Amino acid sequence: MAAVMPAPAQSRLLMSGNEAVARAVWESGVKVAAAYPGTPATEMLEVISTYPDLYSEWSVNEKTSLEVAFGAAMAGSRAFCAMKHVGLNVASDALMTLTLTGVAGGLVLAVADDVGLSSSQNEQDSRFWGRFAHVPILEPADSQEAYEYTKLAYELSERFQTIVILRLTTRICHVKALVTVGERVPHVAAGFKKEAARWVMVPGAAARRIPLMFEREGKLREEAEVTSINVVESGEGGKTDRRVGFITSGPAYMHVRESFPNAPVLKLGLSFPAPFEKIRAFAATVEHCVVAEEVEPLLETELKAQGIKVIGKEILPRQGELAPHVLKPAIARLLGEEVPKVAKTLPPLPVFPRPPTMCVACPHLGVYYTLSQLRNVTISGDIGCYTLGFGHPWNALDACISMGASMGMALGLDKGRGAAEKDKKIVAVIGDSTFLHMGMQGLLDIVYNRGNVTILLLDNRAVGMTGGQDNPGNGRDIHGEEAPRVDFAKLVKALGVKEERVHEVNPYELPTLLKRLREETKIEEPSVIITNEPCVLITDYHKLKPFTVIDDKCTGCGNCLDTGCPAIHVTKRDSVVKPSGKTVDLAWVRIESSVCTGCGLCVQPCAPDAIVHADTVAKVSVMQRH
Amino acid sequence: MSEITNILVVGIGGQGVMTATEILAEAAIALGHDVKKTEVAGMAQRGGVVSSHLRFGPKVLSPQIAPGEADILLGFEPAEGMRWAHMLRPNSMALMNTGRLTPPVVELGLFEYPEDPVQQMKEAGTRVYAFDASAIAMELGDIRLGNTVMLGAIADQLPFPAETLEKCVLKRFARKSEAVIEQNRKAFAAGRAAAAAALKGEAVPA
Repeated sequence: MAAVMPAPAQSRLLMSGNEAVARAVWESGVKVAAAYPGTPATEMLEVISTYPDLYSEWSVNEKTSLEVAFGAAMAGSRAFCAMKHVGLNVASDALMTLTLTGVAGGLVLAVADDVGLSSSQNEQDSRFWGRFAHVPILEPADSQEAYEYTKLAYELSERFQTIVILRLTTRICHVKALVTVGERVPHVAAGFKKEAARWVMVPGAAARRIPLMFEREGKLREEAEVTSINVVESGEGGKTDRRVGFITSGPAYMHVRESFPNAPVLKLGLSFPAPFEKIRAFAATVEHCVVAEEVEPLLETELKAQGIKVIGKEILPRQGELAPHVLKPAIARLLGEEVPKVAKTLPPLPVFPRPPTMCVACPHLGVYYTLSQLRNVTISGDIGCYTLGFGHPWNALDACISMGASMGMALGLDKGRGAAEKDKKIVAVIGDSTFLHMGMQGLLDIVYNRGNVTILLLDNRAVGMTGGQDNPGNGRDIHGEEAPRVDFAKLVKALGVKEERVHEVNPYELPTLLKRLREETKIEEPSVIITNEPCVLITDYHKLKPFTVIDDKCTGCGNCLDTGCPAIHVTKRDSVVKPSGKTVDLAWVRIESSVCTGCGLCVQPCAPDAIVHADTVAKVSVMQRH
Repeated sequence: MSEITNILVVGIGGQGVMTATEILAEAAIALGHDVKKTEVAGMAQRGGVVSSHLRFGPKVLSPQIAPGEADILLGFEPAEGMRWAHMLRPNSMALMNTGRLTPPVVELGLFEYPEDPVQQMKEAGTRVYAFDASAIAMELGDIRLGNTVMLGAIADQLPFPAETLEKCVLKRFARKSEAVIEQNRKAFAAGRAAAAAALKGEAVPA
């Protein structure tokens, strides 16, 4: 994205939490900002890249992004790093030791938890990292706080010389609310000061830093007792109902306030280290003290260990958001009151599911269509749009856990195969950006340990699922400017895959793709098939002339539907009994020409040649698309 | 009851649901309201379910509309309107596009598309006013005008003047050609007219 003129100070803007953090990063005089895209955190760096006066980058993965930001902070600059919750697992190796060195310039790590799993593989609670790494955690409750806490995080970071974690959730990142913004204050980098005992974490030096880390944690706990963002609020309009008081943080605070306007609330902005004395005093003023935290009982467990009487996950769920319709019945039950019916709601009506689909003409469609034709194969999958290949109509992805795992899992499936699976083919499917993020090492493992795996490297030149961000595979940087581009064929050969086992294939050429896959899965050594057509959502993609179906020619075979292209719609259904006695379902189709981009995928399996260009009757071979 | 207005906008990824809700939010802000807008779970971008919550009033706390507390539903697709109808207060209004979008799971014969979503919503206790916003948009030359048509449809049901909303819609296209602005002006007017006709039709019992 190109730089734009930031809105003037005192503007009141409708901003998502991500946009609010980005603005605060710019105002704080940050010099270096780095991230790898990941929902719901992606927009922070996307927006930061549009601000002037700072360096921003898409890093190759979350670990490198944190190391880049930390390097800048060692040099005395203010630095920023953003990632989704699972990204911090990847970056944690750096985190667990940079907590010992501390920082020179302010370093803020915004980590976005996907409470409610809108687009993630798990729901882990990043507040654990604060406890694990002994670093402070700030938890904003809306966009305005996301903005304010980010600025405060830089003050704390420099005052206590530590990285600060800004813990967001989907309900902060993607909610839009009004934010009043301020002025940018430039920050001058002090420069890197050579000091081996501080920055070189060999055992002796690290051992001397550990007591300092604990001392810092103690001081931060004192800060938590006095900071203005840890605040006791009484009920609205002076009417305070002391039967239940809440200790809460983040978006749960808003839900508590919404649900119980008269309840006393201790809102924790700096939630770790927790202010035990403030909490002890608060708990003494209410009958029941309830900890409302998303999602794990972290604070609750600590408070109970402190001998403070609180209630938490005994009455509240340990999964998902603590929305008003979750909180209200739980508290009613606690008080022995009648559980309020969820308003006088209408009955939910039964509707088919509408799972996310791959796009019209997506280059992955051909890959999964082809994979679905293979028999006796186990498909090890990865994180990205192509994870959707597990679903209908392909059912052609058998496992998916974490970024890059398709490689290691495939090797394990090969080496650990059961007695009956002697001839089973193992295929791994991974996208370009995921491969660069964490897949390369797994491929090296496959090659080095002589695994029998066929790898499909789907190079669509974008981080597709998060919105088509640039990466080293497409040769453009975060601003869309030209950058060195990875040559995937050369890269996999450099990792040891034999020259003759590396193939580039156009994923729209189904016969070639099938032939290659059949050949390579037969050969008992690592091979890599690279598909080379771009994501349909990025500018590299060029639309072609749309197709249509000649009604008279369509025989209802339904082969085209097996591609999974969402532009194909059924107009009529029937079933016939074949001479063999088998009943076959028939479905006649039409193509929605207004969305068809002419990839020609559905033309290939069409038995009666009923699919033609909308503007002509002559069938055009897909081979002519280039 | 509450001073907060809860508007639920639903449809599928790619229909412009989130943009439409944001424009509604901008109109509410222009009139001095506090505003929060949020989307409920789902990988919206990939043809999945999108339900966008807008709450505005003097001071908004939770961004989420609780089940049974939506004041009005703007449905960009009939089955999606049906999916979220239970979020409405009983006897509330739903403004519905009748233009259907069938997902691959239905095309594959794994699930059936409901026969008459609008009728089923009515039977469940929602006041439904339906019109073919997709057809109106196509007639005006571009299916993407559908969200402007839908915003036109809700314009006379808000606690502020329709003109405020229209201004916010057109502001979105300020940098586009005069032809695009004119197209959207027409789409907004057509949406208003379609909703008015549907409301009139409903008022007179058949």
